[in-house]
Amino acid sequence: MSHRLADHGRLIDRSKRIGFSFNGAPLAGHPGDTLASALLANARMMVGRSFKYHRARGVVASGAEEPNALMNMGQGATFEPNQRATTTELFDGLTARSQNHWPSLDFDIGAINTHLSRFLPAGFYYKMFMYPRAFWKHVYEPFIRQSAGLGQAPRERDCDTYEHFYAFTDVLVIGGGIAGLLAAHAAAQSGAKVLVLEQTAFWGGRSPVDGGTVDGVPVEQAIEKIVGELEEMDNVTLRTRCMGAGVYDHGYVLGYERLTDHLPVAEGPRHRLWRIRAAQVITATGAIERPLSFAGNDVPGVMLASAMRDYAVNYGVAAGRRIVIATNNDDAYRTALCLKKAGLDVVRVLDARSIGGGALMEEARAEGIRIDCGRAIAKVTGGKRVRKVKICAQDGIGGALEDIDCDAVAMSGGWSPVVHLWSHCGGKLVWDEDQAHFRPDPERPPTGPDGAGFVTAAGAANGILSLDGALKDATAAGRAAAKAAGFKPRRTAAPTGDSVAEAPLEPVWLMPRAAQVSLRSKSWLDFQNDVKVSDVQLAAREGFESVEHTKRYTTLGMATDQGKLSNINGLAILSDALGQPIPATGTTTFRPPYTPISMGAIAGEARGEVFQPLRKTPMHDWHAAHGADWEPVGHWRRPYAFLRDGERVHDAVEREVKNTRQALGLLDASTLGKLLVKGPDAGRFLDMLYTNMMSTLKPGHCRYGLMCSENGFLIDDGVVARINEDTFLCHTTTGGADRIHGMMEEWLQTEWWDWQVYVANLTEQFAQVAVVGPNARKVLEKLGGMDVSAKTLPFMGWADGRIGGFDCRVYRISFSGELSFEIAVPASQGLAFWTALIAAGEEFGVMPYGTEALHIMRAEKGFIMIGDETDGTVIPQDLGLDWAISRKKDDYLGKRAQQRPHMTDPGRWKLVGLETLDGSVLPDGAYAVAPGRNANGQRNTQGRVTSTYHSPTLGRGIAMGLALKGPERMGEVLEFAGTDGKTTSARIVDPVFYDKDGEKQNV
Amino acid sequence: MLILTCPYCGITADETELAPGGEAHLKRHGPGSGDDEFHSYLFTRENPRGVHFERWRHAYGCGKWFHAARDTMTLEVFGTYKAQTTEPPKEVRAAITARHPGWSWRDFS
Repeated sequence: MSHRLADHGRLIDRSKRIGFSFNGAPLAGHPGDTLASALLANARMMVGRSFKYHRARGVVASGAEEPNALMNMGQGATFEPNQRATTTELFDGLTARSQNHWPSLDFDIGAINTHLSRFLPAGFYYKMFMYPRAFWKHVYEPFIRQSAGLGQAPRERDCDTYEHFYAFTDVLVIGGGIAGLLAAHAAAQSGAKVLVLEQTAFWGGRSPVDGGTVDGVPVEQAIEKIVGELEEMDNVTLRTRCMGAGVYDHGYVLGYERLTDHLPVAEGPRHRLWRIRAAQVITATGAIERPLSFAGNDVPGVMLASAMRDYAVNYGVAAGRRIVIATNNDDAYRTALCLKKAGLDVVRVLDARSIGGGALMEEARAEGIRIDCGRAIAKVTGGKRVRKVKICAQDGIGGALEDIDCDAVAMSGGWSPVVHLWSHCGGKLVWDEDQAHFRPDPERPPTGPDGAGFVTAAGAANGILSLDGALKDATAAGRAAAKAAGFKPRRTAAPTGDSVAEAPLEPVWLMPRAAQVSLRSKSWLDFQNDVKVSDVQLAAREGFESVEHTKRYTTLGMATDQGKLSNINGLAILSDALGQPIPATGTTTFRPPYTPISMGAIAGEARGEVFQPLRKTPMHDWHAAHGADWEPVGHWRRPYAFLRDGERVHDAVEREVKNTRQALGLLDASTLGKLLVKGPDAGRFLDMLYTNMMSTLKPGHCRYGLMCSENGFLIDDGVVARINEDTFLCHTTTGGADRIHGMMEEWLQTEWWDWQVYVANLTEQFAQVAVVGPNARKVLEKLGGMDVSAKTLPFMGWADGRIGGFDCRVYRISFSGELSFEIAVPASQGLAFWTALIAAGEEFGVMPYGTEALHIMRAEKGFIMIGDETDGTVIPQDLGLDWAISRKKDDYLGKRAQQRPHMTDPGRWKLVGLETLDGSVLPDGAYAVAPGRNANGQRNTQGRVTSTYHSPTLGRGIAMGLALKGPERMGEVLEFAGTDGKTTSARIVDPVFYDKDGEKQNV
Repeated sequence: MLILTCPYCGITADETELAPGGEAHLKRHGPGSGDDEFHSYLFTRENPRGVHFERWRHAYGCGKWFHAARDTMTLEVFGTYKAQTTEPPKEVRAAITARHPGWSWRDFS
């Protein structure tokens, strides 16, 4: 059983005890513990169940690579799933729950899957859940959804805050182990600005555990000295608990700092996302030990040899009392010696190499540890923890020679450099035959804007596993990075490291080498996703030869750990099955982030009210105080309707329409785009932008215009007013203002750059009020100041003047069909002008109206709305707007496109009005059905509804829509299919439902 | 997250300040052009593995459109230049030639 040792534990404070809970049970640990070390200290070897077979799983690693010990952490508003116990620092009151089991960790129904495993091979889901097709929706998908996913999704809103932080540095060092610190030191001596990120809470990485000396001083002391010196340097910033998450183009790097995760109660942001720009990046990210693939290598109590050493040295925790070690390299003997020194019984070291190892092996043998060379583990037995190991010859099929009772197994398959950050932005790898791993290829680094490399790997991350080699490599990397960043490095000698020399490893991808199928199908490659040696071999047999395909077919290397332990072993098995060398198979793509980062950190401060700026018109607060029911329009909020006490929205809209048609309505039209186009070539420019002729417009007059994309489709519309000979004011839709302004700039800058035109977006400089209805002129005349008579200011004219003391520009345009004046005043006067109109209009029955009344009134008049009648597939000709398309012009944006055969096809759907036979309102977007069915068995269609409303004026449903040859079919009845299965009959009519002759607006 | 220098305001701009605008040096085909020509102008775009010419706008800066010549594989930037031209300036071509002797792109227009 795992337990706390009487001594050891360099990172824990034994004088204090802190309480935490696991699956509701109260437990205790020490400050400095990780959740994983504290669980092991409490004899909790089984900490979760696997994803597919629900097998019992224990802690296998001691760091970020942990695949098994994933926890649901916290409760309520601080709940977070899939947190690695190995990187979770213990604090007082921590609550953790294990995942992926029901009803409990000890007794789990889903564990039956392990007995069915032979029926659940790789690709099981793809093969099984195909037929019958009808089962997918109601049987398979609900079942898969229920069993999919690791932790639970949080139910409450996250109560914590997060922030983004921008940083600029000459040299960024990722990794605060001995290599990273030395590299930072070497770089910093040149005067370069250096930032060092370390993902754990302490400096030095693995080196204090592995031992050795630096210039004759024990590693741990050497680290303290280097950190002390770095802290003294003004040009160096050191951050612990901050992971280098991803390396991106041109030296952009994301750092993920966990500020308060280790504190019981915390103030300030929980996580900080560092958005770093670095001239040079050094990845000193170390290496990760590989598991060995033998049957039962996933039983709780089987652990990486280095992790077992970490738990003993760092936390004073032993993984068991009787321990068997399996290895193919010398490093595992450090674990053997360490455990022996801690007073544990190392019952056997099984060294797969027939001649064993070097000096470290001899040291272990001298300590009295029994070492069997050329031996392997055939199988580990035990369900919820290790009971026994069956030993066999490595060169064989797994016939057991001997059984050994034990309660823990340490495994070491060699070391793989952490090449993720090197690879994120295109750094390439080479296969190192001697060390059997991929390491960064210094000839092919990620390149920056100057075409030169901007990332240097250092130390173990660079495939340099010896202490002395790492010290030299890191010092050189630090100097090289400083130089590449434009600084002059100092010439000081790299320190000398002294550690015991190691004998070469022997690659072992399967244990024993020719393991029979019953063993291979219990030899795990990927613990988190339950992928075994036999699954990868099956994938290869079924033709999944690409490593990327095999990954997706078997799920090898997927999910939260992204195969940190499994990738190399998996592709070695795949290579073997395909009969090709490992470099020919290659690796899957390393993608950021290195380990999962919180969604909160990605969002940063951008949540709630500050997620996106809100645009408000000058009258916004008045609307809010008068019952506005808001509608988002772009980034604006516009009143949909103004609700009176106890009034329903529908009733308010009806009232507003009737009142505007019968008396007087006011609309806040300030959000409409107002683009000033000015210059000698302004007319020529607008002739290119609009389908109709704008250059012939006379000053003082307005003209409605259409804008198309170069692809011919209608994108915006609005009224253009000519201010003087070289100045036009173009109104755009509310949502189109910025887009159309951008489009104008684009054409002026990139195509017609010799034309003399300037464009200014004046949208927010003016408040605009539509004064609408039979009493519109009366209220303006009451306020007085300018002549707004039909004679002086006719329909489609405009004039500057003063009304009620306000400087105004008055446009006689109408989107409602009523007598209408749209009046622009300086934005600062908007609210005052609005309230003056409201006050003066009282005797004329004034009411404000919202966007829905606006929409209904325009539909009653058959006016199109961009985004309703248009959707990116509609040309003006479809909408019967040929009258607004100039035939005199040689060119305008979209003209050539509209000449293409399918644009002139007489079979296009065209705009019509639709009147339901029973007076009801057609469902929005409903299709008109046609006889017969198409190739997919769906009913044929011959039109669709684009706008549909209840008209308060006519007391019935009205709609606009597009129909096949619509205008030629007046009076025909179409059937519209609703999503409820019912159909509604509607007659094709003229889209102008109200005041066809325009008598009301032209008075 | 590229860094490009705006040739108008001289700012070394982070990609978050910029808006991409697709392939540079397109020749507009309007009325009178053939169907193939027009189709190619609207829809056919280079997508090279290597040297490429792109349009960018300094959207959250000076608002100007400019062109960038860069390598889509190595992310090397050979130069940025103002958009009021139909072909890249000599020094940009020279920078590309220095790195990729004998390089070619579609004909500039």
